[in-house]
Amino acid sequence: MSTMVATNKRSFGSVLWDYLTTVDHKKIAILYLVAGGFFFIVGGLEAMAIRWQLVTPMNDFVSAGLYNELITMHGTKMIFLAAMPLIFAFMNAVVPLQIGARDVAFPFLNSLGFWLFLFGGIMLNVGWITGGAADAGWTAYAPLSTTSPGEGVDYYVLGLQISGAGTLIGGINFLVTIVNMRAPGMTYMRMPLFTWTAFVASALILFAFPALTVGLFLMMFDRLFGSGFFDPNMGGNSVIWQHLFWIFGHPEVYILALPAFGIFSEIIATFSRKRLFGYSAMVFATVLIGFLGFMVWAHHMFTVGMGPAANSIFAVATMAIAIPTGIKIFNWLFTLWGGNIQINTAMLWSLGFIPTFTLGGMTGVMVAAASADYQFHDSYFVVAHFHYVIVGGVVFALFAATHYWWPKMFGKILNETLGKITFWFFFIGFHMTFFIQHFLGLMGMPRRYWVYKEGQGLDLGNAISTAGAFLMAIGTIVLLYNVIITSVKGEKVGGDPWGARTLEWAIPSPPPFYNFKQLPLVRGLDPLWIEKTEGRDGMTPAEPIGDIHMPNNSFLPFIMSLGFFIAGFGFIYQKYDLAWLSLVFIGMGIALGSMLMRSVKDDLGYHIHKEDLVKEAKE
Amino acid sequence: MAEKSSLHPAQLDYERQKRKDEMKQQVVTFALMIIFTIISFSMVIAEIDKLFVIPVIIVLAAVQVGFQLYYFMHMSHKGHELPAFMFYGGVFAAFLTILALIALVWW
Ligand SMILES: [Cu+2]
Repeated sequence: MSTMVATNKRSFGSVLWDYLTTVDHKKIAILYLVAGGFFFIVGGLEAMAIRWQLVTPMNDFVSAGLYNELITMHGTKMIFLAAMPLIFAFMNAVVPLQIGARDVAFPFLNSLGFWLFLFGGIMLNVGWITGGAADAGWTAYAPLSTTSPGEGVDYYVLGLQISGAGTLIGGINFLVTIVNMRAPGMTYMRMPLFTWTAFVASALILFAFPALTVGLFLMMFDRLFGSGFFDPNMGGNSVIWQHLFWIFGHPEVYILALPAFGIFSEIIATFSRKRLFGYSAMVFATVLIGFLGFMVWAHHMFTVGMGPAANSIFAVATMAIAIPTGIKIFNWLFTLWGGNIQINTAMLWSLGFIPTFTLGGMTGVMVAAASADYQFHDSYFVVAHFHYVIVGGVVFALFAATHYWWPKMFGKILNETLGKITFWFFFIGFHMTFFIQHFLGLMGMPRRYWVYKEGQGLDLGNAISTAGAFLMAIGTIVLLYNVIITSVKGEKVGGDPWGARTLEWAIPSPPPFYNFKQLPLVRGLDPLWIEKTEGRDGMTPAEPIGDIHMPNNSFLPFIMSLGFFIAGFGFIYQKYDLAWLSLVFIGMGIALGSMLMRSVKDDLGYHIHKEDLVKEAKE
Repeated sequence: MAEKSSLHPAQLDYERQKRKDEMKQQVVTFALMIIFTIISFSMVIAEIDKLFVIPVIIVLAAVQVGFQLYYFMHMSHKGHELPAFMFYGGVFAAFLTILALIALVWW
């Protein structure tokens, strides 16, 4: 990759050390991209195993127990370890540049957020090696999860707790960054839509993740320390877990989907050569979705027995979300209308997204109708619905963003032909896999069952679905090949290869480590476009060249996360033998010790001197 | 808050007066908060009926949070619209969530 090219004089060890200690948001973005991409591929392999098990009736490719582990780990991994970090990758790579900042507000915390996520993610997967991963479904409903034998669900609980702390830290960091670090002139209503959606998504993280944290703590105590929060025999209530999980879980959908909407808004405006239609309506819709997202969680629990009054309230509230989402869909269409449209890979994903996501939204309104949901609940109809939303919305956006921002992150454009091949394989494969699942669900095929019987009309549909999964896999492999071939052979591009509108394109690709030599003066929405239409070929600086303050690299975030990781094992295995508690003390000692070190030792960073910046400009 | 050093004398007087007023408000609210705390403790020590004491303490606590936010953390000042919006938005969402959760689980 270009970072390798730029540093080819340095040894592998020093590059590795650089990445282990970096606090630069652009490098942390690459770390998120690599880690999230890795988990995406592993989660994809799990999905392939699920589909291969279901390719014929009564198949015995995997055992029932292993199948439970596969579906649990596929769901958990794709949401928490693939989609979230990949969204964070682009938020890190782009948001500080879009608001004209030199870094995020808390670079140290940014790095800590990543390492906590990574160690938590590894923890989740350790179960695969130690004899059984989590097998209670990605929603981990009690009492199935509290009584599941082995350590699989313990790894789920501790892993999500650690990585969730990282996500919470990341969300707070972006909130503060966007509130405090916008360039001169960058008012809220001049922020690009990706920044806006990242902002609202961060607020959702701040308010939604604590519910998950609480739920996981209660489950940890139920499983490891003999409490009975979810055990009716001890006076607990197992439905509370479902509430806590979905109070977090529904906003989580928007934590993923809103930045995806932001990505498409950037791409559609750029390649239609038009300002985004209805910008303020888009901002309003984003904030409204953020609010409504907290008031609908019980629509996942219509069949739990809440009664018709509660079901009706949550059904109506859920359907209300279709309104701001519809506003967005129409605004994208109106942005395209009359635009000078250029169709490339990023744009293909965006155009493919609109009908796909609309389908997912439509089935969403269907499952939101509480009475009808008694029919859909826990069937493949729901599986089809949420894959249309999460893949058709979020994964399409991640692919689009990969193509759109790759030149900004690495200085090279991904091969367009290969990109289009990826799109068509994945797009057709996706619809083959999941469209038919609506009908499988309506025919009564329940989700999470490892086999189905012959002669119930489910054979052909499942075979088509599995074939589609292979097309998606081919598309993904072509993308991986594309990344490699582009890194090796791709040509360097300038700062603004797309003729784009927002601030990140006003600086070189990849950007210098201090981002902006002089903070830019923002004079409106789409600031770079304004300057271009007025005949200037860059931003007007808002300040003279001066010293730039930069944060120091630090190895502490890695050590701190490692400490929590070690303590996690201690918490799990003390249920067999209290001697394992020693690991808790060692791990927490490492984590708290490095926190103490961070607190008492002043780390004031360093300055890049004005003279060096001037000299660099002359070279 | 950091101020620009070169202020017009009239402006300077105005700023001074404003700061003096603010200082007065802060002292008054600080005194009020101490009185509230004394009231709360003495109610408990006097062993007044629980049904009365608990709501009163909660109300006093809520008022103290308001004092804290507006007089000591300057939420009424310019440039605090967004934190205020997020604060009330969060309180609103959290209140609805907790209310609905309690109603659904224990009603
Ligand atoms: Cu939902």
